[in-house]
Amino acid sequence: MLTRRTALMGAAIAALMMTAPAVAGPADDLKLPRKKVELVAPPFVHAHEQATKTGPKIVEFKLTIREKEVVIDPAGTKFHAMTFDGSMPGPMMVLHEGDYMELTLVNPATNSMPHNIDLHSATGALGGGALTHVNPGEQVVLRWKATRPGVFVYHCAPEGMIPWHVVSGMHGTVMVLPRDGLKDADGKALRYDKIFYIGENELYVPKDANGKYKTYETIGESYGDTMEVMRKLIPSHVVFNGSVGSLTGKNALTAKVGETVMLVHSQANRDTRPHLIGGHGDYVWEAGKFNNPPQKDLETWFIRGGSAGAALYTFREPGVYAYVNHNLIEAVELGATAHIKVEGKWNEDLMKQVTPPGPIPPDKVGAADPVAVTR
Amino acid sequence: MLIAMKVKAAMLAGALAAPILATAFAPNDPREQEGVLRLLPISFSYRAAGDFSKDGRPVEGPLRKLSLPADLVVMKRQVTVGEYARCVDEGACPRSGGSTGPQDVPVVGVSWHDASAYAAWLSRKTGITHRLPTDEEWTFAAAEKARDEAMPLVDPSDPAQAWIARYETESARARPAATAAQPGGTFGTNSNGLDDLAGNIWEWTDSCFLRVSLDGGRERITNTNCGVRVVQGAHRSYMTDFIRDPRSGGCAAGVPPTNLGFRLVVEPSQPVVTAVARSVAKLLRRT
Repeated sequence: MLTRRTALMGAAIAALMMTAPAVAGPADDLKLPRKKVELVAPPFVHAHEQATKTGPKIVEFKLTIREKEVVIDPAGTKFHAMTFDGSMPGPMMVLHEGDYMELTLVNPATNSMPHNIDLHSATGALGGGALTHVNPGEQVVLRWKATRPGVFVYHCAPEGMIPWHVVSGMHGTVMVLPRDGLKDADGKALRYDKIFYIGENELYVPKDANGKYKTYETIGESYGDTMEVMRKLIPSHVVFNGSVGSLTGKNALTAKVGETVMLVHSQANRDTRPHLIGGHGDYVWEAGKFNNPPQKDLETWFIRGGSAGAALYTFREPGVYAYVNHNLIEAVELGATAHIKVEGKWNEDLMKQVTPPGPIPPDKVGAADPVAVTR
Repeated sequence: MLIAMKVKAAMLAGALAAPILATAFAPNDPREQEGVLRLLPISFSYRAAGDFSKDGRPVEGPLRKLSLPADLVVMKRQVTVGEYARCVDEGACPRSGGSTGPQDVPVVGVSWHDASAYAAWLSRKTGITHRLPTDEEWTFAAAEKARDEAMPLVDPSDPAQAWIARYETESARARPAATAAQPGGTFGTNSNGLDDLAGNIWEWTDSCFLRVSLDGGRERITNTNCGVRVVQGAHRSYMTDFIRDPRSGGCAAGVPPTNLGFRLVVEPSQPVVTAVARSVAKLLRRT
């Protein structure tokens, strides 16, 4: 408990020193129209225009920080998460280049720790981190201008505890779209019918002497042991959207043949390499920044730790697709897998099983002993 | 042709045997008396295991009425941690993943090789042949606990429809509330008196994976893969024989067998008639 209290005090003092005085009501120095957005939990994204004819505006968002216990795998392993708005990752916030985001960050009194937000899409003050420290029972309003189009990570960055807050779930994505929409290398407009938002997050859950995952009464009590596991850099889980199986089985994503899906993949801490098994990336912004032309026809793309990337794919065959971190150990053993069920008509031109599995002809290498075969 | 021949023999035996369920006890063997049941062969419904095709298209495995050719003497409960540990202590069984903890819960984390080693060891110790059941024997013993889960068939000209349907069936399977092995009897007793069938432990059988052609009304095994064995529990599954800790993930969805364990059958060690007489006497005493 000493560790936790010391950590809390340190951060609280830092927060008191650095937080600007609270402003009553929204700033009105910019004479711009305002728009309020209701956020949607991942893997989905709030309704938005892909291109807009209107001028810049102030887009209002509110993120409420929730510290809560969650279950992270089918075995029922419990974990004290810290979240933006209750989900891992936090919700995606979409605006257009030239817009201003006015973000209200709320830290309810029921939480135990100070928090803040560093938006990689914002310029100055540690991405807003230095201006947004809020203790339990406080809120802060930050405005920043969206000057660069792309998908960007946001995360909590409290003094001394940054990695712990991030790998405990406090990360999300901002998408700044070009006002005239996405384009390929030749300037041709690109659109998507659906957007799936994947936040990858590795977890470092301590184990007891018998190899069983440990549980803790409070998040503070988990701090020391968790830091010890984190420093060894070997995660216990690598998950999409907060838990093993969060996007598989009954939670699988759905699409149709002919639909174009945008897959946004965000990892706030560690490198990853998404791959769509049986499909491709038609257009991929691997580094996630839309002023660079998208790469075409990728098999696997690289998401640097601390960044988000985006891929467009139009489904051509029906079936069940696995979207994985193609470190397959992390995908299969540790959880980094999503499934997409795609309805539609099978295209035999793209693939056909010419001969079903059957015996190798007797005179060929590898043929089974005929006696054994016909026993 | 093996299957067809087996069916004929089984049907004949079934017709001769009276449908009586009884408890078996081998004299001078307290373990058997406590631990095994003798089931008389009555007719039961069985969906053949493996991959079946007809005229190049996948089809369901045939569903038939079977009767086992003789009594089935089978363990009432799965082999426990304590029982398996004795085999380990004597150096005849590999140490398994689930060999720690309480001694009276079923042993889990065992491969087909581990289970087979235990059967061989127990046979040597007792002088009575113990072995893993076949899939047919397990299904018969499990009775109402056996699940014939017909899966949608893959149409080669549009395979995706069946993949999605199978995916949804697999995804809909319930996960057991408890994943750890539970004390014997936790998952109830079936109509044959066997405990814990289709609980959170899947049991190894000795049946190999078969690929079977049904072309021309004939049944022809085109491939036998004994590196993959049938495991039985809340649903039938096929498992590579050295696996101790099954899992799904990656491209597969659904619920894998939670744990791998086993129970053994005993080759009948006394004439059927004697056993029936003793069993009837015992049943009468009970009522």
